[in-house]
Amino acid sequence: MIPLSSYLILAAVLFAISIAGIFINRKNIIVLLMCVELMLLAVNINFVAFSHFLGDISGQIFVFFILTVAAAEAAIGLAILVVLFRTRSTINVNDLNSLKG
Amino acid sequence: MTLDALNISIAWPEIFLLSMTCLLLVVDVFLKQSQRNASYLIAQFSLIGSLVLIWMNMSGQRAEAFNGTFVVDPLADILKIFICAVVALVFVYSRDYLKDRNIFKGEFYVLGLFGVLGMMLMVSSNHMLTLYLGLELLSLSMYAMVAFNRESGTSAEAAMKYFILGAIASGMLLYGISIVYGITGSMNITDIASSLIKQTEMNIGLIFGLVFLIVGLSFKLGAVPFHMWVPDVYHGAPTTVTSYIASAPKIAGFAIIIRVLVEAMGSLHNEWQGMLIILAVLSLAVGNIIAIAQTNLKRMLAYSTISHVGFILLGLLAGTKAGYSSAMFYILVYSLMTLGGFGIILLLARAGFESEELSDLKGLNQRSPWFAFMMLIFMFSMAGVPPTVGFWAKLSVLSAVIEIDMLWLALVGVFFSIIGVYYYLRVIKLMYFDEPIETAAIDNTPGMQIALSFNGLIILLLGVYPGALMALCFSVFAV
Repeated sequence: MIPLSSYLILAAVLFAISIAGIFINRKNIIVLLMCVELMLLAVNINFVAFSHFLGDISGQIFVFFILTVAAAEAAIGLAILVVLFRTRSTINVNDLNSLKG
Repeated sequence: MTLDALNISIAWPEIFLLSMTCLLLVVDVFLKQSQRNASYLIAQFSLIGSLVLIWMNMSGQRAEAFNGTFVVDPLADILKIFICAVVALVFVYSRDYLKDRNIFKGEFYVLGLFGVLGMMLMVSSNHMLTLYLGLELLSLSMYAMVAFNRESGTSAEAAMKYFILGAIASGMLLYGISIVYGITGSMNITDIASSLIKQTEMNIGLIFGLVFLIVGLSFKLGAVPFHMWVPDVYHGAPTTVTSYIASAPKIAGFAIIIRVLVEAMGSLHNEWQGMLIILAVLSLAVGNIIAIAQTNLKRMLAYSTISHVGFILLGLLAGTKAGYSSAMFYILVYSLMTLGGFGIILLLARAGFESEELSDLKGLNQRSPWFAFMMLIFMFSMAGVPPTVGFWAKLSVLSAVIEIDMLWLALVGVFFSIIGVYYYLRVIKLMYFDEPIETAAIDNTPGMQIALSFNGLIILLLGVYPGALMALCFSVFAV
């Protein structure tokens, strides 16, 4: 039987990888979108693990909703990416610098 | 599960709004461009309709629906009424602007209404699932609205930045929710609260989850150090969308902070108070100081928003009934005055001219004394000059902070708002004492001019008689 802590560590590592990927990556926006997806999946592992060990089903229900929202989010992200490429002809992260925040 | 447990009738305003939005989505497909006004009218009808439904169903009692995931209480009613009214005003302001830029399309209204539905869900959430779904419904609509002007490169860039940072924020929030779920064994806000009260010793895992929750929430609200997206999005988005993003979603953000931090984790007040103090002081400092350096009016208002968020957090961290109600008063007033500020930009903009630089306001008094006066009211109110309502908002927040013996924090608030007065007064100086560069007459439709004047007069009226709204805000908190 794999203990709960192993699942939590796996989820935490995946979450950290996705955050690092977003902040270190300087090349391509597609990679950013992949990191965002990875982040949500890491959270899903957390929810499923807790749900199993608590014997409570609601965590797994939540995961279905997260998956659905993640799909919608990816669709919107790619749509924005298409608009961006049409107006800028580039999807390089470094070229997104016309607005100085 | 019986139908009684669903208690569907208290969700009528949301159901009505959803049906009307779907209807608008279908009707809009069959309209010619010349008939597009019909979409606008349907959108306004849905907002006013749900506002009336909320008004009629107001009972002053707390009621739960959908097996305890959805709650209607006086707090939710008041906030929803303000959200609907504010978005209706945004739609009135935006019609001319959209027409001038050939983006007068039904999608703007459909996305805007779905956003309102998301906000109403957030306000009424009593379960982490409804809270998350409402938040995402709002966020996804806003990402699309920012990129709404497809010809504009800056809009697309702003949308991309907003999307990435917003997705990180959602991820953080979800991670926090998952930890809290693991520790308390429930995602229902009432159950979380009762489970946390039983825990007597400090739980380090709970603090870990709390940090993630606060990071996620402050990303969405735009508090420093999670404010990077605010100036870029405000600047890059079409001004209509900026006025939407800047006003109503902040009210909904306030509501989820109340639901998560106060209702669910109220017993951890000592822990989250420290975190909110850091966020509030940083927001006040960064917002007010960086705003001075801006030459773009939209960016200046973005930094001013950040500093207002600092004030709202000051009210929340007090943790008393007076603190929560003053924060609520502040957020309602803030949404009205920021809407007015962007309304003036929309009023002065015309085809091919954005009017978003500070210098575009030069000599506004000579072009239109009335609207220069309106802008004067908005700026005075944001700066907190009596007799405008912004003064009372700041005063009530500061007195709530002093009541919990944090005099130094109140002094920090006063100090930075004095710095803030400088850039608000600069706008007034430009309007009244400089020669105009632009001389074109203001040729907006009367509807918009009346709505904007109404907006300004309300700020003035609330400044003279703030008592009723303050009492209303005070009455909704049971704590």
